[in-house]
Amino acid sequence: MEHIVIIGNGVSGVTAARHIRKLSDKKITIISAETDYFFSRTALMYVYMGHMKFEHTQPYENWFWKKNRINLVKGFVEKIKHNTKTLILSNSEEIQYDKLIIATGSKPNKFGWPGQDLNHVQGLYSKQDLDALEANAPNNKVCKRAVIVGGGLIGIEMAEMLRSRNIPVTFLVRESSFWNGVLPDGESQLINEHIIEHHIDLRLETNLVEIIADENGKARAVTTDKGDTIDCDVVGLTAGVSPNINFLKESGIEIGRGVKVNRLLETNIKDIYAIGDCAEQHEAIGNRRPIEAVWYTGRMMGETIAQTICGNPTEYKPGHWFNSAKFLDLEYQTYGWVFSDKGKKEYEQHFHWRHSSEKICVTIAFHKETKKFLGINTFGIRMRHEIFDRWLTENRTIEYVMEHLKDANFDPEFYTQYEKEIVSKFNQEFNTNIVPKKKNWKRIFTKTKANA
Amino acid sequence: MMKAIQNIGITIFLVGFGIFAALPFLGNFKLDQKNYDELITSQGIKSELFIQDLKNKIVDKDFSGITSLAPIVETAIDNANIVHSKNKEWGKKVYAGSDDLATAIRKKSGYGFIPENKGLMWLLTFGLSILGALMFIVPQVITLGKKGIKNDHIYHQSSTNKGWIAWLVFIFLVSFYLVLYFKSEYAVNWTYLVDPISESLSGNPAGHWFVYGFMYCVVMVIMAIRMYIKYRHNMYQMVRTTSVLFFQIVFAFLIPEIMVRLQLSYSKGYDFKNAFPLDYDFFFNWNLKELISSGGLGLFILVWGILLTVVIVPVMVYFFGKRWYCSWVCGCGGLAETLGDPYRQHSSKSLFSWKVERWLIHGVLLFALVMTGFTLYGFFAETGTVLGIKVQSIMNTYSFLIGAIFAGVIGTGFYPIFGNRVWCRFGCPLAAYLGFVQRFKSRFRITTNGGQCISCGNCSTYCEQGIDVRAYAQKGENIVRSSCVGCGVCSAVCPRGVLKLENGPLEGRINPTDVLLGNDVDLMELVNKK
Repeated sequence: MEHIVIIGNGVSGVTAARHIRKLSDKKITIISAETDYFFSRTALMYVYMGHMKFEHTQPYENWFWKKNRINLVKGFVEKIKHNTKTLILSNSEEIQYDKLIIATGSKPNKFGWPGQDLNHVQGLYSKQDLDALEANAPNNKVCKRAVIVGGGLIGIEMAEMLRSRNIPVTFLVRESSFWNGVLPDGESQLINEHIIEHHIDLRLETNLVEIIADENGKARAVTTDKGDTIDCDVVGLTAGVSPNINFLKESGIEIGRGVKVNRLLETNIKDIYAIGDCAEQHEAIGNRRPIEAVWYTGRMMGETIAQTICGNPTEYKPGHWFNSAKFLDLEYQTYGWVFSDKGKKEYEQHFHWRHSSEKICVTIAFHKETKKFLGINTFGIRMRHEIFDRWLTENRTIEYVMEHLKDANFDPEFYTQYEKEIVSKFNQEFNTNIVPKKKNWKRIFTKTKANA
Repeated sequence: MMKAIQNIGITIFLVGFGIFAALPFLGNFKLDQKNYDELITSQGIKSELFIQDLKNKIVDKDFSGITSLAPIVETAIDNANIVHSKNKEWGKKVYAGSDDLATAIRKKSGYGFIPENKGLMWLLTFGLSILGALMFIVPQVITLGKKGIKNDHIYHQSSTNKGWIAWLVFIFLVSFYLVLYFKSEYAVNWTYLVDPISESLSGNPAGHWFVYGFMYCVVMVIMAIRMYIKYRHNMYQMVRTTSVLFFQIVFAFLIPEIMVRLQLSYSKGYDFKNAFPLDYDFFFNWNLKELISSGGLGLFILVWGILLTVVIVPVMVYFFGKRWYCSWVCGCGGLAETLGDPYRQHSSKSLFSWKVERWLIHGVLLFALVMTGFTLYGFFAETGTVLGIKVQSIMNTYSFLIGAIFAGVIGTGFYPIFGNRVWCRFGCPLAAYLGFVQRFKSRFRITTNGGQCISCGNCSTYCEQGIDVRAYAQKGENIVRSSCVGCGVCSAVCPRGVLKLENGPLEGRINPTDVLLGNDVDLMELVNKK
């Protein structure tokens, strides 16, 4: 029986294993050094905040793996000998594979800051990081202040976590406005305001210079390029993540920033594949980045690789871009591409609407000339994925989107709806006369040809 | 500042609650001859033996609150009945229950501070508890911070993480229900507190079920205020909470009391929203007899009750899902959604629990239907014995096991340990019936929003019905489950806007093979073809 070995029990590896099991009877082994069972990394914050226990982050009950004959090995792979198809674990155990899937995910970035390896300096990525934070910052007596370095999604999550225990947080952000490399200015500004409302000491355009140790080798303060010294007990390094592939350096597998793969997710070595955060496409797909550290792309690569391994070679072809996040109390969704003011394409025009008092806003990107709808960002309004996916496939225009915006609303029942306001602002700005149509189930359920 | 108010609030609440909890064991009771005679007459007791015996034992004797009268009464009943049986004096036998009789004796014979200062005692118990609870809850407008999902520290706190506070609440709730159902004489002091309210509503002094009904409404109001604050960003929760509150106060509490006051032909109150088979004694023969003999109103209630179960309930479930009943109207659901909200995360999501759930709830439905079959047959055939089984004993078994132990003691008592929907999930026969309709013929579903799920598990954790919502959402499947009561909390706690409760066309409602959006379509077709 062919033995498929997967290194990494995150969403990519586990999805691959599940789908290989659905499609075949192959022997499947998942190796992880992190945890015994698959858990949802995105939910770690909720454990620290007391919304859940760690067990709640595990999407499958513990009996699931045995029942589905997915063999779980706890261990750390040190070496891959591809000529003999052997893995060597750190405890010297050897595992033979017929096909190998590398799904080792990411690790937090460290940019060579002085003091970056001190005690109480940590990222927030792994179960171990969660345990470390629980130990380093159990309350605001032990941790009188935390400094978070890096204004991305993990940074703001970590700030929210620490604030849930009333720990003062200073948040160093390199950019002039939060996440404005990704978000248009209006939205970035909205989040700045929201961060400050949550009593987080937000310092924009501020970089970390050095982390200073106390006599025990624990971080006690940081200095910034603004000349400030900030006393603290915990330093969170959240300046993005990069592929977790150090163990592959001498394996003969081609690596760049990540494990280089083609569209079939194959590496340069036969029978070795890479998926998820650690995989790097030779060439970026569409507007996507060559390395996509996103939950659902990991899942999709897992689904794809299972096809290839089970005798149906299949290219990784992600559909229209989408994503979501939550910034403190603010929900964010995006469908298609809305670039930041910095990264905006020359043909890209934005329409922005913001509620007069609530933290709710919408930005829609469309083509200046053709009026083709390119993408939408929403804050505080939920939108229907299927609808936007279809509109993107059907190359709908901005006018069409405006007219049918009510079909796309996904907010819970009885919520105030803002389509009228949004459309009337659009009419004003662009001198149009669009009347939003009533929500229509038939339209919502009509599938495009490609989806049928 | 806010913290200080909250701490004072808790202290005040504990004082009020402590007095309330101590009341069953306090006070003095002494029955004089006049009241004794009245009692005997009103109970229709004909056994001189019993009357004399009990008189010697209790009349003009002082009893303290802690002494139970029931054993004394029971001995007297037994002694009398042995003799009457021997002498074949069937008409003289005493059929009254010793607990009911003991309760009636106490109610008539209490004296001293408590029955003489009803208003003051109300203030010291209900008054202080309400005030204290509000002082604890209302400052949450500020302490909880900006509106949004506020589940911080639920798993860090003793009260909501099965710690010692939760176990104390458990012990209180279980004891409270045991007293109500089986030792009501100890509830007599409580009835004094609400006598003035009962008298102003129905004209009668309060019994222990009135205490329960009144408390039910008070607790729901207070905890609804907590819901309004906690979920103030979520209009669905606000509207739904208002709805359960309205139906509890008006339909379950006020209308039945007013019906009694009006001395209508149908003498007892009727809860117009309480549908069979949750209202399991609707077809019991004493109820049918009373309905039929009380003219127009009785017949109206009979027709309404049948219509409610046979037509209104399923039709509404078809259009809106069973939520219209279970989390918008029902009293059990109302308490679960208010008092029980802090405990919703304790429902087990294991596959094993789901199996237990299906066996139990459908078992109870079957039990209720078989029992009703027996009672109806007995009613029309005018017999007390069907297929060699005494109908009364089936009814008694159901009332005891399901009506009292399951729905009351376990259903509510176990809130802090097993979550707030134990009864609704494992026991309620009406929920089982609505569940069939919801699963097989309804426009209701929880739509999963394409591929946005990140498997975080908030939805599953906070599902009070123990549905592993994430298991569906992460596969891009809509959630169509018979047990879903549509409380809407999965949708509320989702950080990525993945879930939406909605009523739509039947087609496409269940979409187990549909594509998980985002991935290349050809691939997904293959996955689905398998």
